[in-house]
Amino acid sequence: MQRATSDPRITAGIAALAAIALLIGGAFAGLLFEGVHDLSGAWAAFDPYLLRVVRFTLWQAALSALLSVVPALFVARALSRHPRFPGRAFILQLFAVPLALPAIVAALGILALYGRAGYFAGVIGGGSWPGIYGLSGILVAHVFFNLPLATRLFLEALQTIPTDQWRLASQLGMAARSAFRLIEWPTLRAALPGVAGLVFMLCITSFTIILTLGGGPAATTLEVGIYQALRFDFDPARAVTLTLLQIALTFIVMLALTRLGANVVGDTNLPVAQRRYLSVGGGETWLNAMLIVLALLFVVGPMAATVMAGLGADLDRLAGEATVRQATLTSVVLGFLSALLSVMLSLALTMARRALALNSRAGRKTLLEHAADTGASFVLVVPPIVVGAGWFLLLRHVGDVFAIAPVMVVTVNAVMAMPFALRAIRPAYDAASERHERLCAQLGIVGWNRLMLVDWPSLRRPLATAFAFAMALSLGDLGVIALFGSDSVQTLPYLLLARMGSYRTEDAAGLALLLGLVCLSLIVAAHWLGREKLRDA
Amino acid sequence: MRDSAASRLEKGAPVRLDKVSFSYGEAPLVFDVEFAAAKITAIMGPSGSGKSTLLNLVAGFETPQSGRVLIGGADVSVEPPSMRPVSMVFQENNLFAHLTVAQNVGLGRSPSLRLTEADHAAITEALERTGLAGKEKRLPRELSGGERQRVALARVLVRDRPVLLLDEPFASLGPALRDDMLDMVAAVHAERGMTVLFVTHQPEDARRIGQNMVFLDDGLVAATGKADDFFAGAGPEAFRRYIGAST
Repeated sequence: MQRATSDPRITAGIAALAAIALLIGGAFAGLLFEGVHDLSGAWAAFDPYLLRVVRFTLWQAALSALLSVVPALFVARALSRHPRFPGRAFILQLFAVPLALPAIVAALGILALYGRAGYFAGVIGGGSWPGIYGLSGILVAHVFFNLPLATRLFLEALQTIPTDQWRLASQLGMAARSAFRLIEWPTLRAALPGVAGLVFMLCITSFTIILTLGGGPAATTLEVGIYQALRFDFDPARAVTLTLLQIALTFIVMLALTRLGANVVGDTNLPVAQRRYLSVGGGETWLNAMLIVLALLFVVGPMAATVMAGLGADLDRLAGEATVRQATLTSVVLGFLSALLSVMLSLALTMARRALALNSRAGRKTLLEHAADTGASFVLVVPPIVVGAGWFLLLRHVGDVFAIAPVMVVTVNAVMAMPFALRAIRPAYDAASERHERLCAQLGIVGWNRLMLVDWPSLRRPLATAFAFAMALSLGDLGVIALFGSDSVQTLPYLLLARMGSYRTEDAAGLALLLGLVCLSLIVAAHWLGREKLRDA
Repeated sequence: MRDSAASRLEKGAPVRLDKVSFSYGEAPLVFDVEFAAAKITAIMGPSGSGKSTLLNLVAGFETPQSGRVLIGGADVSVEPPSMRPVSMVFQENNLFAHLTVAQNVGLGRSPSLRLTEADHAAITEALERTGLAGKEKRLPRELSGGERQRVALARVLVRDRPVLLLDEPFASLGPALRDDMLDMVAAVHAERGMTVLFVTHQPEDARRIGQNMVFLDDGLVAATGKADDFFAGAGPEAFRRYIGAST
């Protein structure tokens, strides 16, 4: 239709898709070019060491998923059975915090608590505590992130059980055991594959935790392997092999996840306690309370340690340091640009998707519509490190790889934040379009007029939510900057890593506190902006 | 400058659907009917008979699969909605929630809200005419349901197009308020003489302001004629069944 193709929203969407394709395609071009260039080298990378790396990647992810998901089942059930547990709402808020914390901040908190020189070692008595580098450290960190996430997802599933079923259960006199078997377990079992798959996926693509807590070749995953191959061994052929393996791995897991109908973005609403009609026995109450308190301690521990260690640092001196100031400025500017780009790309895709859907209401979906629909989620298959590695390989032939650092950080992080940004923008835009579409068509409000007069006023808040989210993600990211960072371009996470590497733990703790607080306030702002909606006529 | 084709037309252009067929993927709707110029024609028919689709085809929200839509003799079948000599009032969502009453009306003059002195004068006059004087700065959420539809009518006045499409715009209002609104439509029609296509479920609405009647059944034009004749019992059997069932 003539009208369809002239819609500027579709043009914007095509431009956004082209930009994303360029970013991902460029990375693949770099990988392929390098692989063809040194085919024998790429083959030679398939050695026993590589197999060990693959095995460890899968092994740590499986263990992490198991240790996060199984306890989460019981913690979620305990929370659901006690809707009036003291501080329940606050506990759930706390369980959302790890999602908002940059991985490197959490890693530092965990080291401050359980490390060889941490608070824990101090309590137990010097020398006897072995510390937690290696697999144990990785597992503790992954469980710290994913136990609360899984708990919230399971709790959300449990809240979907209709109140009438609980009324019925109490009328029939069901005891805790049969209520679990007949009511709770079927719901949890339905949610289980999706949640476990999501956690597994997150652990397979986890980079920062492995880098900071893995502590050596015995505990290395594919992503860290890529980083080491590029930054330390200068072995591009090996990097290509590792990257392709990583892509294949994530792709398979992603495919399985979509089959399971999992929500791969992993952001949950705060479950609201509903009125319940059940009586919980005294023994069970104690057991549940203990479970909740244990989970709470496990989650709060590293956070508290981050704060304590951070406050123990010489914050005044840090604040005065030129490097710190420069890194903060760089982080803020790059994060801001990245969030802006992310929101613009997401908005363009959302608008194009909607416009295409309106045009082909009766017909079948076109390829373009599919791309606008699912293009962004494919981005999740390609982790930042992989995109970074591809461009790193491509650009090293052209000139100074490190000079391009700001562009890479901004673009890669922008695209990586898109699934989250889309989640905030798309429902709001579609709802607004539902109300405004015919009116705009009738009155001839299109293009810039429409953006300023109609879309911007009704999308301000969701756009701000998406922006804050994207900025927090970008600020906390260590993936791309780890590859491209140098003395001339440092972000806060990069500086933090450098200070950890040179054993200036106090400095690192101070920086972690700063970074954690900034990211946390951005996420809080995002949620606050997302909750308050304009009342519409 | 704007809608040159639209404003050149005489007041009250005839609307003709020439063997227009359309389908949402199910059984096709086929419309072959003419709406007399400068008359109010009520369009009635059971749910799913295609009343709203017919208006959407005239307004340009849907494009016919075959056949032509003619307004004032000109083929507008592929014209975008904003270029057609048509105003439409929907059942709801006629206003932008974040814009004031005056801005919502002003959009009828300029889609970028760049308004001249003459435009402002026309807006003020239209708001007075629809009993909304003094409410220019209000937001839609501060208005009652009836007032919101009156803002939509005020915009129809400033847009001043020869065809007005009403898609059950007063269905959610109470009986007394609905009668007021219908009288306002009749008064506007008496003054401007535009061609009005009025979809309604309420026989008393059709009887109150309808001059002609088009009765749709199962995606086809089942009968046409004077509204009075329909209500005097001269309508087809299907119409009498429909009226009997709905009142």
